[in-house]
Amino acid sequence: MQQRKEYGRALVDLGKVREDVVVLDADLSGSTRTADFAKAYPHRFFNCGIAEANMIGTAAGLAASGKVAFASTFAVFATGRCWDQIRQSVAYPDLNVKIVATHAGISVGPDGASHQTMEDLALMRTIPNMTVVCPADGPETYKATFALVETEGPCYMRMGRSDVPVITDKDTPFQIGKGQLLRDGDDVALVGTGQMVAACLEAAEILKADGVSARVINISTIKPLDEALLVKAAKETGCIVTAEEHNRLSGLGAAVATCLVERVNVPIQIVGMDDVFGESGESDELLMKYGLTAESVVESARIAMRRRTR
Amino acid sequence: MDAINDETIRMLETKANRLRRHVIKMTFEAGSGHPGGSLSSADIVTALFFNFMRHRPEDPQWPDRDRFVLSKGHCAPVLYAALAESGYLPPEELLTLRKISCRLQGHPCRTKTPGVEMSTGSLGQGLSIANGMALAARLDKRDYHVYCLCGDGEMQEGQIWEAAMLAAHYKLDNITCIVDRNGLQIDGPTEKVMSLEPLADKWKGFGWNVVHCEGNDIKDVLKALAHAKVHKGGPSVIIARTVKGKGVSFMENNVAFHGKSTSREETEKALRELGEID
Repeated sequence: MQQRKEYGRALVDLGKVREDVVVLDADLSGSTRTADFAKAYPHRFFNCGIAEANMIGTAAGLAASGKVAFASTFAVFATGRCWDQIRQSVAYPDLNVKIVATHAGISVGPDGASHQTMEDLALMRTIPNMTVVCPADGPETYKATFALVETEGPCYMRMGRSDVPVITDKDTPFQIGKGQLLRDGDDVALVGTGQMVAACLEAAEILKADGVSARVINISTIKPLDEALLVKAAKETGCIVTAEEHNRLSGLGAAVATCLVERVNVPIQIVGMDDVFGESGESDELLMKYGLTAESVVESARIAMRRRTR
Repeated sequence: MDAINDETIRMLETKANRLRRHVIKMTFEAGSGHPGGSLSSADIVTALFFNFMRHRPEDPQWPDRDRFVLSKGHCAPVLYAALAESGYLPPEELLTLRKISCRLQGHPCRTKTPGVEMSTGSLGQGLSIANGMALAARLDKRDYHVYCLCGDGEMQEGQIWEAAMLAAHYKLDNITCIVDRNGLQIDGPTEKVMSLEPLADKWKGFGWNVVHCEGNDIKDVLKALAHAKVHKGGPSVIIARTVKGKGVSFMENNVAFHGKSTSREETEKALRELGEID
């Protein structure tokens, strides 16, 4: 299931109940699926053309006038091209702008490295006032879109282009700032975000066959991080693996490590993209080539368990 | 808007002079800041805050207020002076500009200072924000007008022209952009650093109604504001010809005072020229 489809559907449903929701796009409304909202509520949709910086500023002006402004484009443009606008005109004035980016990560595929942003979580989580959300699948994306409106202030939410496995359903609880324990276990904790949560679940199955009991946690909010859940997992399992479709220097792994290093002394292994640019290829080929798979999570879990001293 | 009679103009000129004195004192006290552009735009800011704009200092969030976005955020001193003279801030607070744990930041901050509509300082962003405010007015069927004051050097930022396109595309006739055309930027004359001319043609080409005025002549500024406001069907820009450092002889057209405050001696001289000695 494509997460962006669920984003589009959620916007339309939100538009019905929230007259203050407006949506902006930068000539990618068909791809980001904001076109669904545009069709339903044309007077509340503003296509800004291929001018992302202006889109962010316009969203800020709408938000400063009482609107909840969603601004969507591809993640590489939303965060890289507009970082200064987001910092100066959205986050510093603490405005209700919801930057929702699609086509994040290497799973963008054939478009190549120019469009495969592996830096967006880093760029957004470093800005004060910013909430950063990375939902695991379609149903969670739908719920997260609604939750963004209930969260005062600037928010960034990212998702990929391609189909991702469905691992939650409409009844799975979701709250911004809260992680979810998807599977209990006490030998190692696998902490994933975005589509890597599905890889963590798959890894837990593989490890189970070897008699390893792996805990799986979905961290769909990178900031604020559910520190209590992570500290508990670290104390109870004694070792942590994080997994993200993002540069491993600066995303979920870095956030988790920063959180735990001051609280619990456990080994942490970070599964993510090495500090290199991607390339063209099909989504699954790229995930395989760059080690964003269940097998990588399994391997990291074994290293983490070996490093553990207790 | 009040009728523009000679008495009104005299009152406004006196007010502009007060703003200028505040600017000099504030930046002197702070030991830094941007007096040059604050002085060049003092008459424009005066015309807006003390005559043309609809606002209620006792209710800064009044939904029907006209909006003022200072896109050239480094000219915060003249904005704070206008806010203090309007009643948003106690005048004595002006001397806390740029001081630690105070509300008056070096560049405008929406969350700290009442009456500041938008945090600015990174140039080129204010017009986009003004556009958003103008679109919101249309959605909410409110008749407030949005004013965006830009520097001329700021026209070199690409985002200005992205915003210019959007305002014309959406036919935003509830927005007036004012360009403080003092001709100077930090590294020198705008035409030497990065040519802006023919500036009016650029705006026209982007679909804007262009109004010219003498930006240090309050009567002319008010006339231009009125012309811009009655124009329907699209946005208006006022290219206001001004003098950087206006009102203080040794600061006029002197780029050194773009981002530098006056020394004690210079401050005393400036205040004498502006009709007051502390």
